[in-house]
Amino acid sequence: MSKTNKRPKIQIKNLDFYYSDFKALKNVNLDILENKVTAFIGPSGCGKSTLLRTMNRINDLIEGTRIEGKVLLDDEDIYQDNYNVTTLRTRVGMVFQKPNPFPMSIYENIAYGPKLNGIKHKSQLDEIVEQSLRSAALWGEVKDILQSNALSLSGGQQQRLCISRALAVSPEVLLMDEPTSALDPISTLKIEDLIAELKKDYTIAIVTHNMQQGARVSDKTAFFLLGEVIEFDDTDTIFSNPSNPKTEEYITGKYS
Amino acid sequence: MPKRILMTAQLDVIHKSLAKMTALISKSLNNMIIALKEQDLLLADEVIEGDEQIDAMELKIEKDCILILARHQPIASDLRDVTSVFRVISDLERIGDQCADICEYIKLISQEEYVKPLVDIPQMAIECEKMINMAIRSFISKDLELAKEVLMMDNTIDDYFENIREELIEIMSKKPETVRQCTYLILIVKYLEKIADHATNISGWLIYNITGTH
Repeated sequence: MSKTNKRPKIQIKNLDFYYSDFKALKNVNLDILENKVTAFIGPSGCGKSTLLRTMNRINDLIEGTRIEGKVLLDDEDIYQDNYNVTTLRTRVGMVFQKPNPFPMSIYENIAYGPKLNGIKHKSQLDEIVEQSLRSAALWGEVKDILQSNALSLSGGQQQRLCISRALAVSPEVLLMDEPTSALDPISTLKIEDLIAELKKDYTIAIVTHNMQQGARVSDKTAFFLLGEVIEFDDTDTIFSNPSNPKTEEYITGKYS
Repeated sequence: MPKRILMTAQLDVIHKSLAKMTALISKSLNNMIIALKEQDLLLADEVIEGDEQIDAMELKIEKDCILILARHQPIASDLRDVTSVFRVISDLERIGDQCADICEYIKLISQEEYVKPLVDIPQMAIECEKMINMAIRSFISKDLELAKEVLMMDNTIDDYFENIREELIEIMSKKPETVRQCTYLILIVKYLEKIADHATNISGWLIYNITGTH
């Protein structure tokens, strides 16, 4: 059963983010609520993907980046010294814009993470693979071809495979960076249905250029502009009666 | 195929609210009929006060419809479903108002003996109630045949209205002291006739919902 609490899973506090001298995020404050879907919308270059990527420190891999402020996961600062980033990325999984399965079998794609985490028993891995594929609504389509190369799947299936792969290491949070922008409309709606199911068990943050998608899938929406959060509210409010005229301009397509 | 589970769930919520609003309307109609027959002042007041709840229900469903349009961009049959609910709740709200208005008139004549035993007016009201219930049942279960039956019933109501009106005019012309009460009774039957028109509208919206044409 879905949890309906309003506990923040991740808290962003006074966050500034720099790519060298360029300040990409300016004093961002927002909470990502547990078992809710939070959408980040805004024009290109507004910082929404950057913010998403601060939440599992994947920006650390980019040279010259620097942050000020805090990102708390379950009240613990993930940027504190000696924080275990590998564990962080297990707890906070990520799905990218383009499906990026490993060039190996469907089974191995999903078993890869659990194996790295030390799970060796075949029966246990089988169970994880089945469970992860079921959770991503892909099991029925691939259960008979688990040894086939993952790259033989369609784009929509590959993206659901990547979601399965993220789920296989039992994360608590799923970050989705434009997860459907490379997919056809039917595959897109399948992923959206999947997001609605997944939020029962996971906390989800999603970046989307497609604001109708944000409207469809999320509980909370943050509108970004030039590195700032302009408005953050219930999705119902943002899409029916936003309080900031800039939000209104953007979501009604009058932004220039 | 995707199931659009969030939109479908929200449409379900709207349909359930619509059923609740109908139950409130049905209760008002029922109480109005008893209040009329038995000149029950308290029951008439209950209907008048109950109208607030019906209005609140209309606003809630209206808000849910707006949100589903804003968030899920329904198209084709889903779009017709939402837009027809929009119109149906406005018909239901008017029925609630008209029940309350009828009860105001019932109160004005509750302390006096009726100019004639009321048989046809309560019978007309019962037919109206039947029409409303059938109309909503047809709407919720998307039953086209039932909706068409409702459309046919409107003629019976129109006949009731004309016959009762003529009868009351005759009474008034013979007994001028009954003019006040007869006027209120004519207003009551006029409201009943309007209620039946709303039932017809609701069935019309179902036909639009299913076929896409009026």
